[in-house]
Amino acid sequence: MSEPIPPKPSQNRVVSVRDVIQRVIAPESTTWNSVLIVVLAFFTALVLSAIFVVGSDPNVIQAPDPLTALNVAWLDISGAYGGLLSGALGNPSTFFSKVGSGNVKVVASAFYPLSETLVAAAPLVFTGLSVALGFRAGLFNIGGEGQVIAGGLAAGFVGFSLHGLTGFVELPLALLAGFVAGALWGFIPGLLKARTGAHEVITTIMLNYVAIYLTYYFLSTKAFQRPGRTDPISKIVDSAAALPSLAGVNLRLHAGVILAVIVAIAVYFLLWRTTLGFEFRAVGANPDASRAAGIGVGRVVVLAMSLAGGLAGLAGANIILGVNYSVSPGFSSSLGFDGITVALLGRGNPAGVVAAALLFGGLRAGAVQMQAATSTPVDLVQVIEALVIMFVAAPTLVREIYHIRAQRSAGAPAVSTGWGS
Amino acid sequence: MSVAAGVAGAVARAVVVRRQILGMFFLLVAASIALLFGFDVSGSTKADFVLNLASAQAISIPDLVVPVRTTAFLLAAISAFLGAVQVARGFGRWSNVVLAIVIGLFIFSFLAWAARDTSLSLVGMLQGTVVRATPLTLGAFSGLLCERSGVINVAIEGQMLMGAFVAAMVTSATSSAALGMLAGMLAGGVIGLILAVFAIRYLVDQIIVGVVLDLFCLGLTGFLYDRLMVPFQATLNSAAVVRPLSIPLLSKIPILGPILFDQNVFVYLLLMLLVVIQVALFQTRWGLRVRAVGEQPRAADTAGIDVLRTRYINVLLGGLVAGLAGSFFTIGAVGQFTKNMTSGRGFISLAAMIAGGWTPLGAFGASLVFGFADALQNFLSVLNVPISSYFLLMAPYIATILVVAGVVGRVRPPANDGKPYVKQ
Repeated sequence: MSEPIPPKPSQNRVVSVRDVIQRVIAPESTTWNSVLIVVLAFFTALVLSAIFVVGSDPNVIQAPDPLTALNVAWLDISGAYGGLLSGALGNPSTFFSKVGSGNVKVVASAFYPLSETLVAAAPLVFTGLSVALGFRAGLFNIGGEGQVIAGGLAAGFVGFSLHGLTGFVELPLALLAGFVAGALWGFIPGLLKARTGAHEVITTIMLNYVAIYLTYYFLSTKAFQRPGRTDPISKIVDSAAALPSLAGVNLRLHAGVILAVIVAIAVYFLLWRTTLGFEFRAVGANPDASRAAGIGVGRVVVLAMSLAGGLAGLAGANIILGVNYSVSPGFSSSLGFDGITVALLGRGNPAGVVAAALLFGGLRAGAVQMQAATSTPVDLVQVIEALVIMFVAAPTLVREIYHIRAQRSAGAPAVSTGWGS
Repeated sequence: MSVAAGVAGAVARAVVVRRQILGMFFLLVAASIALLFGFDVSGSTKADFVLNLASAQAISIPDLVVPVRTTAFLLAAISAFLGAVQVARGFGRWSNVVLAIVIGLFIFSFLAWAARDTSLSLVGMLQGTVVRATPLTLGAFSGLLCERSGVINVAIEGQMLMGAFVAAMVTSATSSAALGMLAGMLAGGVIGLILAVFAIRYLVDQIIVGVVLDLFCLGLTGFLYDRLMVPFQATLNSAAVVRPLSIPLLSKIPILGPILFDQNVFVYLLLMLLVVIQVALFQTRWGLRVRAVGEQPRAADTAGIDVLRTRYINVLLGGLVAGLAGSFFTIGAVGQFTKNMTSGRGFISLAAMIAGGWTPLGAFGASLVFGFADALQNFLSVLNVPISSYFLLMAPYIATILVVAGVVGRVRPPANDGKPYVKQ
């Protein structure tokens, strides 16, 4: 990490709300140069992905003449990216006529893509924060997937097992269950790292697979499986445990989106306004110096992994209580891994994570539309995301491609190098 | 009391505590063997371990028939004895060997119990172990080729997927397994090269590049699978699986023959690479240079070794080997590519590399352990073991966690593993 160890926050300083908002909106590390790098990285990734789209189309390869091939290629690219864009933001040519129609359903359909983007972004905020929190403490949490599953399983279980409670009690309970289960799934690798030095990159990945099989197991038990079904699917979550809808029945927008923003602000507070957050960042910056300064490094590792797990667990709860309303295999849909890309693009700070989650949420929402309209596989989005991160992580490469003069570089947050630490 | 003496005292106490915990664990294992596998069956129950493989060339030998209850009590007694010795005075530096023995005893008595009143093909299980360990070992070789030169390769999973995908496609299209294997290796090599450029030239954190490359390969193979392999299943995704080759004479040895010498070409390549890499790394000038670059790049540079060139070459080699490992998943095993078919095997390879102490022999040994855990669930699902098959499927992953947690404290990575080198 390029920044020096931050000063310890003084306990008696009054923090104004404006101060916080300013920090969240304009964190010190965001310079125009780094925004330019992200934009160019995105552009380059789209160009490269377009090559994959065109290169894998047999109609292009078998075209009788180059002109036809070019034409087909153009239709491929414009179809895929056009679908992506309209699936993420909406179609600008019909947007205003729909809004002006006055019919509730038609107006809602104009906002449908935006609502889908926000719905897809909310869990990404949680997993992005999970990975970012780990980065700050020098840990690489690639177990988001397993933590999402653990959180979703627990939240779902509370959601369909408890009955007769009001939403004010049952929803918080279900969310808490998700957080705790995710935290437990993060606690294990944290403890293993602190006690035995087992590297979290390996242990968390292994726990992902354990969680996947655990899902299948639970969904085959009486407590989980929906009565009358033989396939692995759980009972339906109580309406009192569901995250309330924000925009009527025609849109899927739910309160989880608001929760995501609140949690992002909370993580910002934790990291930059509390002693614990200071310890996290100190250990992330230099574990040896922190140990010498009297910080319990092992305790920080365990706490940071648990909190990171809890955040990812909330993503699982968010999916089950806000979108799916029941647990089935594969509900985590690589949210944990996308959290890595979100955290890296957001440069490990909460405001950046929210912005990156919106971007990738848009890609996810758009991808569904893209596949439906042009049968371009949704996996393309994962390719785009990975390429964006590769270029963002290597700003020098982007500058070389576009001949940009180097400024003071703001690289991606560095994680521990090597297995040893 | 001086600080040094205090520290020494604390260390001595920690050693004693570990000794006693280990001893208690052995006693616990002894009790579990007796309770779970001994008292559970009647005295006359027998288990039949089959030592021949119908399809193999080996000279046939009689089955191993053991009385389940007596075996369990005998093995429990041995574990209890080892536990008592461990608590009383400990085995010192042999502790981990004894630990392995005790776990082995537990597994054997479990197998005898699982195969009660029926037969279990022990040779089949061991052959399955070698088959399942093959891609893991090759992956671990890839990891250690890179890390011995100081570059961490977390992209093994992605290189495997690319190798699996390309090998399946090329073999299907050309009906030549050799071409497919070569293409699979090259596909892994390309990802290795990308990793090398980002890690060595652009100094990006190696673990991050590796993980992002894994995601890239997962996305790309998934995308191309949907786009090319699903519509053109017959021509692009139906490769012939390479046939087992019996080695004359050697394949006739009972037990060992079917396990090692009646396998397909991947296993023989693995055995060759095992010898080649082990000798090259520790007995040749090339190996000395590679290790110098991984341990002390500054000193190696001063001595005239081109650090960056060595790293580029090794990461490329690692990519090729991981691509070969990937080819195994398709043309060496099932003949078809499916999305995310490696399902974390690349990461298990890394664990095998670490547990094997960054040596080819160690990596092979550790991979056999994971391979066994993997093969076990396959065989147990056939017998009626009252354990949910989902828990059996978790076995290799949990074994990985246990091994990494238990052994890493003891092994030491190359000193400059993961640290970029900038020439001054």
